[in-house]
Amino acid sequence: MSYKAKFRIWRGEGGEGRLEDFTVEVNEGEVVLDIIHRLQATQAPDLAVRWNCKAGKCGSCSMEINGKPKLGCMTRMSTFGEDEVITVTPMRTFPVIKDLVTDVSFNYQKAREIPSFTPPSDVRPGEYRMKQIDVERSQEFRKCIECFMCNNVCHVIRDHDENKQAFAGPRFLMQIAELDMHPYDVADRQDSAQDEHGLGYCNITKCCTEVCPEHIKITDNALIPMKERVVDRRYDPLVWLGNKIFKRSAAK
Amino acid sequence: MERSLMTQTTAESPARRQRAQLKARTLRTDRWWLAPVLTFAALASFLVYGFWAMFDPSYYIAPYVAPFSAPCLLEVCPEGARVFGFAPIGDWFPLPPGVLVLGLPGGFRLTCYYYRKSYYRSFWLSPPACSVAEPHGKYTGETRLPLILQNVHRYFFYGSVLISAVLTYEAIVAFRNTDGEWGHMGVGTVILAVNAVLISAYTLSCHSCRHIVAGRLNHFSRHPLRYRFWGLVSKLNARHMLLAWVSMYTVLFADLYVRLVAKGIVTDITFF
Amino acid sequence: MDIERHEFDVVVIGAGGAGLRAAIEARQQGKKTAIVCKSLFGKAHTVMAEGGAAAAMGNVNPADNWQVHFRDTMRGGKFLNNWRMAELHAKEAPDRVWELEAWGALFDRTKDGKISQRNFGGHEYPRLAHVGDRTGLEMIRTLQQRVVALQQEDYAVHGDYEAYIKVFAECTVTRLLKDDAGAIAGTFGYRRETGRLMLIEAPAVVLATGGIGKSYVVTSNSWEYTGDGHALALLAGARLINMEFIQFHPTGMVWPPSVRGILVTESVRGDGGVLRNSEGKRFMFDYIPEVFKDKYATTEEEADRWYTDQAGNRRPPELLPRDEVARAINSEVKAGRGSPQGGVFLDVSSRLPAEEIRRRLPSMHHQFKELADVDITAEPMQVGPTCHYVMGGVEVDADTAAASVPGLFAAGEVSGGMHGSNRLGGNSLSDLLVFGRRAGAGAAAYIDGLERRPAVPDDAVAEAQAEVLAPLERPGENPYEVHHELQRTMNELVGIIRRAGEMAEALEAVEKLRERAKGVGAAGSRIYNPGWHLCLDLRNMLLVSECVARAALARQESRGGHTRDDYPDMTADWRRRLLVCTAAPDGTSVNVQEQVQPSMRADLITLFERGELSKYLTDEEMAEYDLAVKES
Repeated sequence: MSYKAKFRIWRGEGGEGRLEDFTVEVNEGEVVLDIIHRLQATQAPDLAVRWNCKAGKCGSCSMEINGKPKLGCMTRMSTFGEDEVITVTPMRTFPVIKDLVTDVSFNYQKAREIPSFTPPSDVRPGEYRMKQIDVERSQEFRKCIECFMCNNVCHVIRDHDENKQAFAGPRFLMQIAELDMHPYDVADRQDSAQDEHGLGYCNITKCCTEVCPEHIKITDNALIPMKERVVDRRYDPLVWLGNKIFKRSAAK
Repeated sequence: MERSLMTQTTAESPARRQRAQLKARTLRTDRWWLAPVLTFAALASFLVYGFWAMFDPSYYIAPYVAPFSAPCLLEVCPEGARVFGFAPIGDWFPLPPGVLVLGLPGGFRLTCYYYRKSYYRSFWLSPPACSVAEPHGKYTGETRLPLILQNVHRYFFYGSVLISAVLTYEAIVAFRNTDGEWGHMGVGTVILAVNAVLISAYTLSCHSCRHIVAGRLNHFSRHPLRYRFWGLVSKLNARHMLLAWVSMYTVLFADLYVRLVAKGIVTDITFF
Repeated sequence: MDIERHEFDVVVIGAGGAGLRAAIEARQQGKKTAIVCKSLFGKAHTVMAEGGAAAAMGNVNPADNWQVHFRDTMRGGKFLNNWRMAELHAKEAPDRVWELEAWGALFDRTKDGKISQRNFGGHEYPRLAHVGDRTGLEMIRTLQQRVVALQQEDYAVHGDYEAYIKVFAECTVTRLLKDDAGAIAGTFGYRRETGRLMLIEAPAVVLATGGIGKSYVVTSNSWEYTGDGHALALLAGARLINMEFIQFHPTGMVWPPSVRGILVTESVRGDGGVLRNSEGKRFMFDYIPEVFKDKYATTEEEADRWYTDQAGNRRPPELLPRDEVARAINSEVKAGRGSPQGGVFLDVSSRLPAEEIRRRLPSMHHQFKELADVDITAEPMQVGPTCHYVMGGVEVDADTAAASVPGLFAAGEVSGGMHGSNRLGGNSLSDLLVFGRRAGAGAAAYIDGLERRPAVPDDAVAEAQAEVLAPLERPGENPYEVHHELQRTMNELVGIIRRAGEMAEALEAVEKLRERAKGVGAAGSRIYNPGWHLCLDLRNMLLVSECVARAALARQESRGGHTRDDYPDMTADWRRRLLVCTAAPDGTSVNVQEQVQPSMRADLITLFERGELSKYLTDEEMAEYDLAVKES
């Protein structure tokens, strides 16, 4: 039932550090986060890891396991061979505070730059009437647990730190799509998606969708539809002409 | 107490603003390179075939028109290869008829949201696979020329709807025999029919189509009919990748089949 | 001395539903507000709530109104609730939910476009506003985004996002500081990321730290639930009430260890799931209490018929109230008839076709598949009771959420009284919103009435600093071992079923652990050092555990979340008595005293039938009731 597993874990403060080897007991049914907790309790009490609910609902324990972004609490040990060396590293796109804990403040800055939900000024609380089919698309995006693994895996900023200024990342481009599709949101989000939040940087290579632990179809349901809405606004002469003639809003 | 205060790194410390100094390009242990290699090989061989087919003259053997050359719009096209007998381009175009029309389906696939993913990954390695570093020093994505032109995808979609209609027409016409009489069916007929269905399904599963049908609306409930179509297109759209590959191979196979029959290498079996 | 210093009007400790709602209110009333939370912003335990937020909007059944909701809440709490809180809660919950919608929340909808509401245990009508099974996440995200929206407003006016509301994420508060007159003057703590010490001077503090589940081995709570707010309040001289009442959910996962305690929703049983022991027996038939004998099926045949014909048959005993089921499972395991990993079997696989299970219980199917590698369509689950929620907490004024210490406020799970001896499902999310807002408003009003800001005395800061740094400066025992020992003690000796002897034993054990906790040490630096953090959290868990054990030992009856093997009955006399915990400022000598529960206001008590009340109230109170009825 139980066996000794070989782990290599990134240790170090502020980015400096090295992969350290551990041999640690693994019992049936455990996940990677359990093993890290066992290391804390037995071999390395100051091993830093961020976690919270341990049920895949809060998105705190994002890390990279054998090079792939994963939630530590949802990665079962049974998915590895008993003699396999398991390498655990912090998310690569963000600066390291210590060990597996990264500074994810980039994401909170970006969140602030997205104009918040803007309802019409004449609708009061309690008066909202929305059909289920009209809220379902945005509801899918609101399943997001903000583990930030999509932003971590996205090569636009993972491989090019200099793009962080111009690119909000899949998480927040998805939030723009969520608000743009909200039946009661009246803010204009299409130009700013392209100009201020870097939607054009996305080359739809879908890694965000691949790593999403909530299985949100980020690319197909949020980013591409948002790109199409931007095309309506910016790049489609027919829609532009139609809007000029009929003076109606393109997206409504 | 003083000692521990001295050694602490504070929030302002510059060392903190650094990523893990890992040198490896990726720590993935699986065969992440397999998918881009296979994709590269498959797309490249399709391109090679397409280039050959464009200039190959054996595009028609009654009643079959090779899909890569359809619609045949020149006066050099044999009567049976024309759509409703029209040859609107006349005779000024010096190159084979396929060259004239292949831009539409080609452009549709080139700007397709799925193909973009596949060739950005396999040809441009941007990125080759998830969490594998790309080799480029700079990246601007689809923000400027030429890649900003990917945004014309919907116009290729409109064009491809026409191409799908033509292929459907050609498939129907393939139910006539060499004398132009209805009631024929050969292996070629079946191949062209299957191809027409899959090409149409791929075309309708397009993300631009999904947007145009109803995706651009914020109130589905006010447009029940468009919402129903959106539901159908969304179901197809979820299989966009599958349809892209399958239809790519059926069209290649259908095209090759017609040319082989036209060249006399293969004999078309007639059912009735 | 390298201590970071800040000045704010209001400090909110905790960024769950109650904390964020309090901060929003304080900021909306123009107060400069700090939110201090142990996790990242948006990760609070509130995201774990699934069912929904109870609010009598009457969208699904128009007969619903606040009076019905009030009655349900009081019944659920076995009439021990602070009735004024229950009243305010029932009246204000709809407004709080609608407000969320105006801030961007997307609840599931009814056919006519209103917020949909679902049925839940103890609620007479469909009442829970929900989004699938992730309502808590929706609430946190909405409040989080509302905070950001306010920051954007401030940025537009002042050019600084944090001009009026600032989030200190991953920071722990270790002490509340008071001025010489005894009023709140600030908070002291540290940044988890850097280990840097932090002093926030503020005349008002809102506690919104949640619960205490981490004092138990098996719990549905996250690591944050170390009872910080309870302990901070005690150490600041505030009073805790009802600490003996802890809700154990009957069905938590017990295997594998990684998911021990995670909830298995009640709907598994509602949809036909049955409980069996290791002998394969449906044991719940042996545990139907006398008072429910006529309402529950006595044979398996009748119970099975109920699922298709609810009018002609009695309910299966698996659907008895939560406390009854939890106790039954506990007894089976103690009698040696448990499952291999110490639970019992909850089987739905032999009851419904696989397709039907996947359709009706998608999240449970997913949860067991992903976390336990168990296919619930093919094999039974193993479940056991799990520590879920503490009804007790800081004693507060219902209208302002003010504690007895001037400047201290509390809302959410850390406050006590609202839920009495047992909380209804769905009432926690609405509780957070209603009393979060009231706490923020209470704090703002308190500040408006102040003549000058209280000053933080230097010696209090020095003391707090020494306390925080002590574990780093001694090579001591591993804190994880002390923590595990405490969890085992509480789980085994002050768990679901309690006995005087065991609780006395627990108190002795806690006393010893407290001695050991004085010697725990942490190796390593101050930067994100979980061992050090645990050393500091131990103080809180030990303090709270002692309160729970002492109060539980004192209450000689069984009621709601408190079951005494040696006093199995509920008595009207004990309903009039609340148990109040206090502690000395240095954390030694926890004291429990009795306090009289005030009588319900006449217009509220007359909402109930006489027959029902007579089961709970003393003769003296019934006389008051009769008088009230006569006068009305």
